[in-house]
Amino acid sequence: MCRTDGNGKSGGSPPDSQPGDEQAMFSALLEDSAEDLYEHAPCGYLSTTLDGRIAKINRTLLDWLGYESSDLVGRRDFSDLLTVGGRLYHETHFGPLLRMQGTISGIALELKTADGDRLPVLVTSIIRTGSDGQPLLIRTTVFDARDRRTYEAELLRARQESDRERERLKRLNATLQKTLLPPTLVDVPGLDVAAYYHVASADEVGGDFYDLFPLASGTWGFFLGDVCGKGAAAAAVTSLARYTLRAAAVYDPDPAAVLANLNTVLNHEYNGQDPRFCTVIFGLLTPDGDEGGFQVTLASGGHPPALLMRSDGHADYLPTPGGQLIGVLPDADIATTSVRLDPGDTLFLHTDGLTEAHSVGADGRYGDEALLEFAQELAPTTARDTVAAIRDLLDTFGTGVDDDTAVLAFNVPRHSSEEQM
Amino acid sequence: MDVRSRNHVRVTGRTGGPIVMLAHGFGCDQNMWRLVVPLLEPDFTVVLFDHVGAGNSDLASWSERRYSTVDGYAEDVLEICHELALGPVTFVGHSVSAMMGVVAATQEPGAFSGLLLLAPSPCFIDDPVSGYRGGFSAADIEELLESLDSNYLGWSRAMAPVITGNPERPELGEELTNSFCRTDPDIARVFARVTFLSDNRESLAHVRVPTLVAQCSRDAIAPPEVGAFVQARIPGSSLITLNATGHCPQLAAPEETAAAIAAFAGAGL
Repeated sequence: MCRTDGNGKSGGSPPDSQPGDEQAMFSALLEDSAEDLYEHAPCGYLSTTLDGRIAKINRTLLDWLGYESSDLVGRRDFSDLLTVGGRLYHETHFGPLLRMQGTISGIALELKTADGDRLPVLVTSIIRTGSDGQPLLIRTTVFDARDRRTYEAELLRARQESDRERERLKRLNATLQKTLLPPTLVDVPGLDVAAYYHVASADEVGGDFYDLFPLASGTWGFFLGDVCGKGAAAAAVTSLARYTLRAAAVYDPDPAAVLANLNTVLNHEYNGQDPRFCTVIFGLLTPDGDEGGFQVTLASGGHPPALLMRSDGHADYLPTPGGQLIGVLPDADIATTSVRLDPGDTLFLHTDGLTEAHSVGADGRYGDEALLEFAQELAPTTARDTVAAIRDLLDTFGTGVDDDTAVLAFNVPRHSSEEQM
Repeated sequence: MDVRSRNHVRVTGRTGGPIVMLAHGFGCDQNMWRLVVPLLEPDFTVVLFDHVGAGNSDLASWSERRYSTVDGYAEDVLEICHELALGPVTFVGHSVSAMMGVVAATQEPGAFSGLLLLAPSPCFIDDPVSGYRGGFSAADIEELLESLDSNYLGWSRAMAPVITGNPERPELGEELTNSFCRTDPDIARVFARVTFLSDNRESLAHVRVPTLVAQCSRDAIAPPEVGAFVQARIPGSSLITLNATGHCPQLAAPEETAAAIAAFAGAGL
């Protein structure tokens, strides 16, 4: 600190001394110290004219720099004492701000000493004005900042290190996420399919998953689910769920049996600590009839119901009530339903990241009602248009989407003759 | 985002007067002109704006791709001219903005009735091959970038949010931020590169609008020989040397700077 003049006055005297003498000595010391206080202050003092020419400089700063007063006063500018980079910074930032604000403080600069060394300092300046408000000169204090600069460099290094680590983690998460989703969806003849995965946070792997794959001739299996939790533990369960569903569907493709198998596997996996639960819809797609159309059989374990958007513009949820969370109980109740998709119909599956998004809806969430209204507006539609509309919807939520969201949509295309109508 | 909000465009002064567009340089925002504007307002329509990334511009409109060259900024200048549709303007570009004016004027001369290049430098780095002296070495510029980094870390009050790293508590940054010349550190770093690493010497010869080069006495950033170089390269241009010292005459000597602008911009009256 620069100001030391207050300390003596408030300190008081030791009890066994002569108060009068002590005070007189103190006063004498303080009174004749005005000049000394300036010259030998524990910080550098510098006054310049408005254009930066050095007009006065104290002994402390001269000693730090290795100059004599006659080297600098009236001969050099303050910016001449700076490194070239510092001078550029001074001209483009420090100077303009000082002019505009009348004061600027705590600027990190480096001074060049007479023998070429660099002295890291913190600089504070004020413009002294006359009684008419006109600026007269610039007063500057200079603090030795070698220790602070070391600390600052360490802080900057740590920050850069953490930025790099965060980047690395993001890349790792993105890669891991990709391995949990099919790289491309298989082609199902006579069916349009679209899917989308919305990553809520690049810092954590989400637990949503989906897949579409061929089973015995003429049948396709699909699933979409959501593992409780996030991060590496959830990713491990996601991976397990995905491969179990694929294998179970080969063993016995009945949707309820597939989910019962997954339930058993996750239930056995549970070690009493990390949760091993998920909600999931599993389904079978079978082409049905010569007119185009698919028979869909669905089983749900505690998952939000699918949405059906009919070719006539009608839309509603496809309820699968009573299905229980997969992996919690040894024998979970699994709800099944079936529906026929005719040309122009669209089936839409989603995870609750969509309906739980923070929005202006009831209790601050987007909600099932709003999604149904959205679907009613949209119908009749196609798989691709549905997914595009959902992506736009998610965009409008912005940071309100705090959980990952997966969506999967199937649509039986209309016949070309119908499209022309 | 419309152009006016993107660049925080302000139009002030005398409606119908000759139009003067003031472009700030690296390190600050349109506040740089605050002492000059009142002197021009009685006679001129004055157009002020912040470069994207500076002041009250829309930071979300900034992209490294567009704003890592002078050309991106020059496009903004032309877009502002089109948006305001006031007719040809006298463009006053300070420091790096002088070169934005040069680039914009070569692309669309019709948008400008004149260019006033205030403390310009087409290239800060010396080019020993051609004998050009810009005043700095590449190492000097690297040192400036380090200076920016160390000041943005927080000892400068300008960049407190960086060190607190606390976007949930913006008041921490608000309290510590300078009221003028706010800049985002990442953007400032890119702008510093645009400013100090660009070489626009080639563009000068293509300028076809009346041009006045106004340089300062004792400018540590743009020395006299650089001003002379610019004047020699731009066909038909003139050069004046202001009494103002330093690199920012609009702050150091607002009256003299405003008088120079008024004399140049009002010349056709």
